[in-house]
Amino acid sequence: MSSTRMTPERETSSPLPVPTPVSPPAAFADMAPAVASTTLSPIRDYLSKRGSGRLADDSFAAVMLICACSIFAIVLFIFGILIMHSRLSLAQFGWKFFTTQAWDPVSGDFGALPFIYGTLATSLLALCMAVPLALGVAIFLTELCPRPLRAPISFLTELLAAIPSVVYGLWAVFVLVPLMRDVIGPFLSKTLGWTGFFDGPNFGVGLLTASMILAIMILPIISSLTRDIMTAVPNSQREAVLALGATRWEMIRVGVLRNSRIGIVGAVMLGLGRALGETMAVTMVIGNHPDISKSLFAPGYTLASVIANEFSEATGDLYLSALIEIGLALFLVTIVVNAIARLMVWAVTRNAPARVI
Amino acid sequence: MGVGILVEDLNAWYGTTHTLQDINLHIPANHATALIGPSGCGKSTFVRCLNRMHETNPIARATGVVKMGEIDIYNDASPVEIRRRVGMVFQRPNPFPTMSIYDNVVSGLKLNGFRNRRILDETVERSLKQAALWEEVKDDLKKKSGASLSGGQQQRMCIARALAVDPEVLLMDEPASALDPVSTSKIEDLIFQLKSQYTIVIVTHNMQQAARVAENTGFFLNGKMVEFDSTHKIFTNPRDKRTEDYITGRFG
Repeated sequence: MSSTRMTPERETSSPLPVPTPVSPPAAFADMAPAVASTTLSPIRDYLSKRGSGRLADDSFAAVMLICACSIFAIVLFIFGILIMHSRLSLAQFGWKFFTTQAWDPVSGDFGALPFIYGTLATSLLALCMAVPLALGVAIFLTELCPRPLRAPISFLTELLAAIPSVVYGLWAVFVLVPLMRDVIGPFLSKTLGWTGFFDGPNFGVGLLTASMILAIMILPIISSLTRDIMTAVPNSQREAVLALGATRWEMIRVGVLRNSRIGIVGAVMLGLGRALGETMAVTMVIGNHPDISKSLFAPGYTLASVIANEFSEATGDLYLSALIEIGLALFLVTIVVNAIARLMVWAVTRNAPARVI
Repeated sequence: MGVGILVEDLNAWYGTTHTLQDINLHIPANHATALIGPSGCGKSTFVRCLNRMHETNPIARATGVVKMGEIDIYNDASPVEIRRRVGMVFQRPNPFPTMSIYDNVVSGLKLNGFRNRRILDETVERSLKQAALWEEVKDDLKKKSGASLSGGQQQRMCIARALAVDPEVLLMDEPASALDPVSTSKIEDLIFQLKSQYTIVIVTHNMQQAARVAENTGFFLNGKMVEFDSTHKIFTNPRDKRTEDYITGRFG
């Protein structure tokens, strides 16, 4: 091998013959006593006095483990409490509770289906309206917006998230409901009446109005998360697409949206989670009537709003227990919807890693 | 077949920084042309002006005439049309991580709505062979993501991606600077083979690389082109003192 072979470390760091005859052993020989004889530099002195840090690392890991476990504990605890307090109604109705439409406190007959329907229908409709809008806002902000406008528009969309839900509800009652009754509703039944989704009397309150207010409420969270995700896509990806002769839209589609799709699904799921649990604004405009109707003008009821509306006046143990089981149903619906969304993400991405370099 | 590029009085700015000053140059068709010079001298800006990537930065602008064949790229065509004719390879490999190797290579074609399966298959094979990557990836074209390859393979895949659209000009902005010597020599071999079919402009920090692959070399310094001549002349008998200082390693 090499003729300049010296120490094993030297050999691994430079397997090639070293052309310049600097004679490192001599250099080392000069260095070694110099370091040993003089006092340590303050930095070396400081660093050498620091311990191995093993104890600190171990205790840090333990604390973090406790934090992680506390999430499981809290979820299990809530689940347990809900089951415990709804055992009366669980025993009385069993699984039928989730599949029957009855809601009759007087005769003590309860079923959660209309509320599950109302929750799912309003949330999904809200997503259908909010996601394209939120994506549009995010794309505009990251890709098209002139720089000086970027901060004000971002700030305004985020401000939407800070408005309390009851204020949204008030606004919806005074603005959205009349608008729905007099303008949007008649227009929809005229143009899309043939689908059967816009039949029946339109009082302004109902599933569609609730979905619209929900859409406005979840818009900021989806758009600001999506914006952050798109900003994180490296510029090299945009340049790669542009250099292939892409138009601006093609660049956004291939270079930005495609790379951030998993993050976008995550943002949509957070929005969906918010929509499923949203109570106050929905309660104010949904009509509060436990019905399953194909028409989106029909009043409905959601799991969250029935609890909010009836909990304080629930008389009788069975009624109270049924309301708590509604809470359990909301809990389960949220879990199932999230699980389905995760499955969808997995199905789309299992062959392609999402990592952006 | 490639086309020649004629550059007249090209000036470019980033904000108020005048990064290119009065560049005049003729890049011959179907040859490799190397651009050398110290960091920040404007070579990258120059190649980015050749496919109008320069102007994707909102604070950047350029003036002057760049003729690609008969077309004045700043006046006769849109940036999108120009970039369809000019392939570009960047300093760092930038594969599309969500696409398979196959989709990465044909992304330029699919982007433009090209859907003929048979021709797509042929193109993938042709361009991966041109990029000397075919043998290494032919068995997992659709199984593996473009990002799962090694750095050198990724860069060759990016070259294949640029070649798949059959460009007339291939711009390479320090294509080997992030790669190890083995990958670098593969890419140099590649340029050597490709230059008979494409007009290649390669920016490099590595003067041996310029000497190995290019017929002509331009030396840039502080936003100006100091000298442009045959590579042999530049490296053996430069006209300008500054060129001589640079290539002999006296500065830069």
